[in-house]
Amino acid sequence: MKTCLVVDDSRVIRKVARRILEDIGFDIAEASDGVEALAWCRSAMPEAILLDWNMPVMNGIEFLRHLRMEPGGEKPTVVFCTVETDVEKIQEALDAGASEYIMKPFDSDIITRKFIEAELV
Amino acid sequence: MTREDCEWVAEICATRVGLRVDPEKTYFIESRLAPAARRENFSSVEDLITFVRRTNDDRMGWAIIEAMAANESSFFRDRTPFECFKNEILPALIQARGHSPLRVWSAGCGTGQEIYSLAMIVDDVFAKLPPGAQIQLFGSDLSDRAMEKAQSGYYNHFEVQRGLPIRQLVRNFQKSDDMWVLRAHIREMVRWRRLNLIVDQTAPGGFDVIFCRNVICNMTPVARQKTLEGLAHALSADGFLFLGDGESPQALGGAFHAVADRPGLYARNPAFRLAA
Repeated sequence: MKTCLVVDDSRVIRKVARRILEDIGFDIAEASDGVEALAWCRSAMPEAILLDWNMPVMNGIEFLRHLRMEPGGEKPTVVFCTVETDVEKIQEALDAGASEYIMKPFDSDIITRKFIEAELV
Repeated sequence: MTREDCEWVAEICATRVGLRVDPEKTYFIESRLAPAARRENFSSVEDLITFVRRTNDDRMGWAIIEAMAANESSFFRDRTPFECFKNEILPALIQARGHSPLRVWSAGCGTGQEIYSLAMIVDDVFAKLPPGAQIQLFGSDLSDRAMEKAQSGYYNHFEVQRGLPIRQLVRNFQKSDDMWVLRAHIREMVRWRRLNLIVDQTAPGGFDVIFCRNVICNMTPVARQKTLEGLAHALSADGFLFLGDGESPQALGGAFHAVADRPGLYARNPAFRLAA
């Protein structure tokens, strides 16, 4: 079974995302900021990461740039999931190595379709 | 809503546009009609129906039909038909047509996601096509409201996240407040026409590819037959028809044959003679 690391400082969002992603066959791990997520990846690199942008300690884009420099850090498929909806922000995420991008608010259909787009399902 | 109201709604949908509505599904009918009743300043769905039954008001009657016919759509719905169009059908037909235009029709295009998905594909591959290749895209629907939205090219936050890869969104849309609007060069690739598939049998012919997906599954058997006849007339002898999952052109005998290993794809049977 593939693992998806859900990185978001909102416990509610993590819980909702967990439920949706478990339904489409993922094992879920959770982190509440970029530093915690990076520690998780160093111990066990997940196949997928659902990543918020605005978080304390280390934000999503900083985390992604760090991740891509880690051994094996090029492997996870990263799907941003954020309130940032400006085209420049989306482009910045893609340039940093994101595969897909979800604009909050989302529903289960959007997450499922985006994971299909990213060839994770 | 009374049982009689539901039966009346089912009846006008069937006779005017061939739409199959189950009169037992009161909640479904009411939930479809509630926004139309609010928009037209009726205090309830029952009031709207009573008014149309009493006055035969054509505009309000049509508002009821449009609301019942509204179909959920998404960009690149089910993906596979679009990949097949891009990788197999388009190259083969472009080669066969040479400098003659290749004509593609989205029949029952709703709010435009299907025909714009095809427009984005054409835009992607156009630079790689042989010089002189021409592709014309047409969208038709019975609903003025749906067509207006389609032609505007405006889609909300949820609509652009259903089926549209993020790179396509960034490349082909611009943000406008909290909406996303298709870039003009994509919008301008499509020509539009309001068309009721069971009544208007004068649809322009000579189409090389027709997408009519998730339309006939909602029709009465008679309407399905009429629609398939119209599509067979409109499709060129070597053309292709895409239907939705679970839809079949069987109602029209041997006019089409299924393409092997391509679910939902049908080729016109050139030997089949259509009634004039």
